[in-house]
Amino acid sequence: MSGGTSTAASGTAPAPSSPTAPPRPAPSAVRPYSFPAFQTRILPNGLRVVVAPVHAHPVVTVLAVVEAGATRDPLGKHGLAVLTGRALAEGTATMSALELAERVESLGTVLDTGADWDSSIVQLTALTERAGDAFAVLAEVLRAPSFPAAEMQRLAEERLSDLTQIRAEPRGLADVALNRLLYAATSRFARLAGGDERSIPTITRDDIAQFHAEHFTPDAVALIVVGDCTVDAAVKLATQHLGDWQGVAPETPSPDASRRFSDCRIHLVAKPDAQQTELRLGHVAVPRSHPDYFPVVVMNAILGGLFSSRLNLNLREKHGFTYGAHSAFDWRRAASPFEVSSAVQTDKCADAVREALAEIELMRQEAVSEEELSLAVSYLDGVFPIRFETTAAIAGGLEELRATLGW
Amino acid sequence: MQIPVESYRLPNGLQVVLSEDHTAPIVAVNLWYHVGSANERTGRTGFAHLFEHMLFQGSENVGANEHFEFVQRAGGTLNGSTWLDRTNYYETLPSNQLALALWLESDRMARLLPAMTQPKLDTQRDVVKNERRWSVDNQPYGTWWEKLPALCFPPEHPFHHSLIGSMDDLDAASLEDIAEFFRTYYTPDNAVVTIAGDFSGVDARAMVETYFGAVPRGGDRPALPDMSVPFTYGGPQRDVVPDACALPRVFVASRMPVLGSDEYYAASVCAAILGLRTCSRFEQSLVRTQRVASSASCFTFDLAKGADLFVADVTALPDITPERLEAAVHAELDLMHEHGVTEKEVQRAIALTETHFVTSLQSAAERADQLSRFATYFGDPALVNEQPARYRAVTAAHVTAFARDYLARHNRATLLYVPLEDDHVSDDTVADTTEVAA
Repeated sequence: MSGGTSTAASGTAPAPSSPTAPPRPAPSAVRPYSFPAFQTRILPNGLRVVVAPVHAHPVVTVLAVVEAGATRDPLGKHGLAVLTGRALAEGTATMSALELAERVESLGTVLDTGADWDSSIVQLTALTERAGDAFAVLAEVLRAPSFPAAEMQRLAEERLSDLTQIRAEPRGLADVALNRLLYAATSRFARLAGGDERSIPTITRDDIAQFHAEHFTPDAVALIVVGDCTVDAAVKLATQHLGDWQGVAPETPSPDASRRFSDCRIHLVAKPDAQQTELRLGHVAVPRSHPDYFPVVVMNAILGGLFSSRLNLNLREKHGFTYGAHSAFDWRRAASPFEVSSAVQTDKCADAVREALAEIELMRQEAVSEEELSLAVSYLDGVFPIRFETTAAIAGGLEELRATLGW
Repeated sequence: MQIPVESYRLPNGLQVVLSEDHTAPIVAVNLWYHVGSANERTGRTGFAHLFEHMLFQGSENVGANEHFEFVQRAGGTLNGSTWLDRTNYYETLPSNQLALALWLESDRMARLLPAMTQPKLDTQRDVVKNERRWSVDNQPYGTWWEKLPALCFPPEHPFHHSLIGSMDDLDAASLEDIAEFFRTYYTPDNAVVTIAGDFSGVDARAMVETYFGAVPRGGDRPALPDMSVPFTYGGPQRDVVPDACALPRVFVASRMPVLGSDEYYAASVCAAILGLRTCSRFEQSLVRTQRVASSASCFTFDLAKGADLFVADVTALPDITPERLEAAVHAELDLMHEHGVTEKEVQRAIALTETHFVTSLQSAAERADQLSRFATYFGDPALVNEQPARYRAVTAAHVTAFARDYLARHNRATLLYVPLEDDHVSDDTVADTTEVAA
């Protein structure tokens, strides 16, 4: 079966005889899968509790999603939501930053806090036996953070240090430049979610406390509990620790997501001595809530989402220009960016751009083949359960729907 | 938490590990071949990794891009990775596709060479060179993972040379090399196959027999040269690297006993005390109190042969000089070496480790990889279940003894990254906008 291929065996001793290959096997009967069943309860103060009991392992993930993303940043205070998200872990009404960290880590867990465009999160995963104590800590962090001035100063300095690193990295530079070029200067999305050298120094400790007071209200929170826990137990914990929390969330913003240019342009960012060219191609696409979401996801799998996608087979497997070429949508509530990304050999950059644009054009002009379509659909269908093996991944799946659809 | 483990060998030497779990209709297949960059001969650095790429280029009954396509069409994920002393290949699929994964893995174990061609090798060589540019040459600090082992192991040691390899050595790799490496190392008696997830043991054993039973055992493999080195250098080592980075960064690596030894578990706890999460000493002292570091961590390299490495990795804040950063890190290591740790610090580290163990093993792919790892290095996959107890057995006295024995100044290798001048591109550099005909 080696046919006309030139094999590696020529000129060396013959290989030990290979056994005859059995035929490629067909799949056996499909075993059904469904996403873990979850229930939603809304407390009298508006706090939404979403519980998915999963008892396979002795762990519980608790994830609070808050309507407090970077699209709510006040003008000129870019980075406030992300900074506030990080600042949540720096102490509470009853614990200093160090005491809070000691409490969390003695429970064997890690407090993960932060924000992206649409929402903020506070998350931890603990062994079942410590889940109640961990829940109490998370609730206190959510409703009663103290934002000590010295720690806030440190976080701002850390952000500036991160920016210094981003500015020195070809990857970071390309990512920053792309968003700046995709969205109009009036759009919040043209600037970094985490803020930049101009905005960060203007943010004060009081700005952070104010942002928290305004946006962290019970009716703005979805508390997702996944793992070795019952619905009743989760609701009881939520009621005990957050039931008397009061407040009303402000109105949801409608961010400007207009694009900067209406024609196809090439932009160059000079980085002398770079060993490769970081390439980004993109445009402002559709919001997550778009009725064509699923066809768009399947289209992207064919174009650049899979290893066997057109872009990767072309730029990597056919031409060897790169270690990989991918495309993706960064889904959010507003019009989301679509982006092709690849790091290509510098002297092949023009060729890579030409090939990538040609692949996008081909996708626009001609229907995909049945074979490509079935590959993408069966892949996306088959990997669905693989995406949700852990309590954190299940909670993350629910969080994504909450964050990008407001469900 | 205990994961079920069944282990046996086929007559051809293949070690088979089965671990059933019917939580979700998913199955993970994971193969470890006991070969890595340490097995490369002179002038062929990077070959083990280039070879890993070639294993995705088809085999006698699998076309050039079909390996990926078959698995993805079945609804599965897949990849492979190369390390100093092992190479692994793995896929996770819907459980009704287990036979497909085993068929694919056995076709390339038994019948790779008929599919190997010069154009495929040439393309993958270009892909790997671009992988090198991307992950090593065009990343700030990207060279650390070849410079650190080079500093810590003597030139003749198999861990000394670069895993991803030099461009010249990649150019020199031939189809002859592919054939020889394959026949020598990609044999059932040099491999472990682990299946974890939703399957029945009876069916899985039958499938393994069908697909792997007739693969012939390999011949004699050249033994690795003596890997043993003293557990201490005997004098400080230092390398300063000017780099296209924004902030100074220092790695300090100490030699120590290998993965699996009692000292390894004490070292692992010691690393967590120094550099894992918010309460760690590096975070509290270097990042928060002294304000010299923007980030800091500490870890073991997890080498199972010769000697392992205990590594501190600390990046400066802007305006902190490389010398000041280096001095501050060594001062923390001195404190650890001279005074050891408290029981409270040990308990925090063990609690974090315990949670990590349970949460990571929720994933079938992770269970399979850990089982293959313990089977490959120690011949016994069931050692996975003993890990929490090994950590719980560590006391403050063990960690203090480890620090006393292995973290002295004469057992530290320092790799210091120093920013080149003027390596800063501001937002305003994105001014060069050229219109093209659309």
